[in-house]
Amino acid sequence: MTTTVSAPVLTTHPWLAFAVRRLGRLAGSVLILVSAAFLMIHLIPGDPVRGALGPAAAQSLVDAQRASLGLDNPLWQQYVDFLHHLVTGNLGTSITTGLPVSDVIRDRLPATVELAVAAFLVAMLIAVPLGLAMGVLTRGGRRPRAELGFTSTAVVLAAIPEFLLAVGLVYIFAVTLHWFPVAGRGSVASYVLPVLSLAIGPAAVLARICRVELLAVLQTDYLRTARAKRLPAAAVYLRHALPNAATATITVGGLLLGGMVAGTVLVENVFGWPGLGSTIVSSIIAKDYPLVQGVVLVYGVGVLLVNLAVDVILALLDPRSTIRES
Amino acid sequence: MRTRWIAVLRTPVGAGAGLLLLGVLLLAVFAPVLWSHQANAIDTDHLLQGSSAQHWLGTDNLGRDIFYRVLVASRTSILLALLATAIAVVTGLALGSAPAILGKRGGRAAIAVVNIAVAFPGLLLALFFAVVFGVGAKGAVLAIGFAGAPSFARLTQTLVAGVAERDFIAAARIAGVGRFRMLVRHILPNIAEPLVVNATIGAGGTLLAFAGLSFIGLGVQPPAYDWGRMLGESLSGIYVHPAAALAPGVAVVIAGLAFNLFGEAVAKGLGVQVPRARWTSRTPEAVPARDSDAVLVVEDLQVSFPGPVTPVRGVSFTIRKGEIVGLVGESGSGKSLTALAVAQLIEPPGQVTAAELSFLGAPLLGRLPVRSTAATRRRLLGTSFAMVFQDPMTSFNPTKRIGVQLAEGAREHQGLSRRAAMNRAIDRLRAVRVPAAERRAHQYPHEFSGGMRQRAMIGMGLMGTPALIVADEPTTALDVTVQRQVLRLLETIRSEDDVAVLLISHDISVVAEICDRVLVMYAGRVVEDLPATELATGARHPYTRALLAAVPDLDTALDEPLAVIPGRPVDPARLPDGCAFAARCSFASDRCRTEDPVLVDQVACWHPQAQAEYSSFRTGQR
Repeated sequence: MTTTVSAPVLTTHPWLAFAVRRLGRLAGSVLILVSAAFLMIHLIPGDPVRGALGPAAAQSLVDAQRASLGLDNPLWQQYVDFLHHLVTGNLGTSITTGLPVSDVIRDRLPATVELAVAAFLVAMLIAVPLGLAMGVLTRGGRRPRAELGFTSTAVVLAAIPEFLLAVGLVYIFAVTLHWFPVAGRGSVASYVLPVLSLAIGPAAVLARICRVELLAVLQTDYLRTARAKRLPAAAVYLRHALPNAATATITVGGLLLGGMVAGTVLVENVFGWPGLGSTIVSSIIAKDYPLVQGVVLVYGVGVLLVNLAVDVILALLDPRSTIRES
Repeated sequence: MRTRWIAVLRTPVGAGAGLLLLGVLLLAVFAPVLWSHQANAIDTDHLLQGSSAQHWLGTDNLGRDIFYRVLVASRTSILLALLATAIAVVTGLALGSAPAILGKRGGRAAIAVVNIAVAFPGLLLALFFAVVFGVGAKGAVLAIGFAGAPSFARLTQTLVAGVAERDFIAAARIAGVGRFRMLVRHILPNIAEPLVVNATIGAGGTLLAFAGLSFIGLGVQPPAYDWGRMLGESLSGIYVHPAAALAPGVAVVIAGLAFNLFGEAVAKGLGVQVPRARWTSRTPEAVPARDSDAVLVVEDLQVSFPGPVTPVRGVSFTIRKGEIVGLVGESGSGKSLTALAVAQLIEPPGQVTAAELSFLGAPLLGRLPVRSTAATRRRLLGTSFAMVFQDPMTSFNPTKRIGVQLAEGAREHQGLSRRAAMNRAIDRLRAVRVPAAERRAHQYPHEFSGGMRQRAMIGMGLMGTPALIVADEPTTALDVTVQRQVLRLLETIRSEDDVAVLLISHDISVVAEICDRVLVMYAGRVVEDLPATELATGARHPYTRALLAAVPDLDTALDEPLAVIPGRPVDPARLPDGCAFAARCSFASDRCRTEDPVLVDQVACWHPQAQAEYSSFRTGQR
């Protein structure tokens, strides 16, 4: 997807080249996402409108609905219309409720974004200090028992999917201890369990990666150089080891954030969270395709933007990554 | 390969995970045969009951036994997960090996597709495909399979690319093997192992993902049931009947973990283990320096590692002001470890001891009486003791500008301001003849050439007022022209500032060129200590002579094979009783094989050769 960069101005300005290349890729990905969302409705075997309205619906109703969705036009024209509507912010109308899809998304999006962002922050705040501390404490084979305990706990926690963790947390903290509500979105307490369900697994993965990365960096020649400069231990770790260990941690952290955006779908269904995740599941089951299309687009664009942010942060931290791809 | 898999099963984690996985698979095969009846029996007298003697985990809304239902659901859950994994692996393999088969253009398209698909989380892809393939078990298998394909494709691409650069692939390519045949016959067998391991781990993930889809109602549809479906149906009743929700959840986690742990154990077992033992460091008494002109005094230096091995065993030497001392020997002779030990850069579990190790009169080993001395020692080493490492490509921190890395030590030890330290760094870069030093100081290491980086590394050593530069193979990674420039630079620094240099090298001709004195190391010992000018005529140890004879020069006959030292260096873990070189030495006697010679009169040998016996060697002075 990268555009070939030959203009001299781009070779002399690596950052400009990076911006052009990265935005080019984003544009390509968005185009593919939009096309996939558009084609989705046409890939479904049978008549999507008949599917949505059920076998009992009158043929006239189906025909009217098809006409209003533009499904009888030639495919290319439907595609052009779809793109045109997207640009003007028109995502169509929900088949089941008759509400504009954009209104539904506007209603539901904030709850999902809150959940994902809070979970991401909690995961980072737990994982990075924990992983770094474990790395320093267990470097060179020190404290083998602590390492074993840490690694096995992290492996087990990371292997439990968020919706199962959510059920376990609900059972312990809501059903048994009555500390937090079982479901719903309201007070601050109602955020605790959904956010933890989403954050714990990624935090475990991230902490492990962070530790392993730190250990790898501690082995490098340039860390030896830093020690040869006789810097205090804290300076060696924080100034030389941390930024290099952070590169992989942020890459994975970004992927995990993308995964968290998707993980909200399941967690929202456990907690009856009024976000896009519950919407997409109910709309898939109800075969409300315009709504599915809209929500898929929102999720997809969200993930692409997260990836873009990760690449920009990486480029700032490790200048080689701007050059590496060229 | 098979023996290594068996070795994995012998480790506690590997055996535990293997047993667990076996149990889960057996359950999936036999549970429906054995307990289908109990699982489907409707007991209208006991609807939604809690745990009882009759029903261990209680009953569901039709009075069916939850315990048996969980057991029986194992087949559906695991079978569907394995099917989805198979789809993911096969599709991923096809997509990932496409670049190897399709050639440039088609390959690039395949890579682009994978790159874009990988950017989206699997669950999102699964939801998309679930819409396309329809709600239900079949749709979910296809959805999860296709959603998992991109990551397998990426893995395949990486593995194929790794194998494609190896020599036997190049050889096959030259031999005209076709692309498809190359893939099937040469590449796939070589990446099968990591693929299988990852597929096993992937099966665990697929199982959990499938449970997720069933849980939200997009997977298995009633009356069929799997663990995810059971969990989803009982969640609303978790207050009154938690066992019904928790039991299938626990089953999913156990089965997922079995695949996951087994895969991880195998992956770890096929890799390399890291030694775990930890050694404590002894603290011998420090003796004050005797020679006031001495920059570095080393007496009976030993470096050992758990094993135990002692790659450096009793090295002694003294370096005086402005002296360039060469330390030569084959790889594994202990010369680099000696340098690191002298520089106090051996990391645990390595352990350094010495009768004396002092720098500018200050002892470097031993317990410090007060805390402030640690800082004093650090400052002394930080300003007066410079290290130049072998590989300039990896010895700079890739994320920091060169100037900042040079300035760092000066800010720390000399208390310079940011600007003053940067100015000093630019000045030092100029001193080591880095052109356009001001601009260069603001560049990153990857923007420097190898020779330029090694100059910068030397410049870093000159930030303080060094009394000693320890250069560990400073020219090995550089080409010949740049080598000479770097050696010249070290020589100039010595003559201008009276700095002592310890130059470690495996190349005796490099050492002969600029050193005053040469220490020859073999198997962790100094076997000969002689002035560089006497290398040509005065070498007495057979090993030194063999090293010299192995250096080709203009008189070397081109039609004869190059002279080599017969045999191989000794393994430091298995040292012989007598002289370590005896097995490779043509002068060795019985005494050499039983008694270990010590350094007497500058040579450690029972049969030192007479000085005039040969004269055909050149020192390599070119």
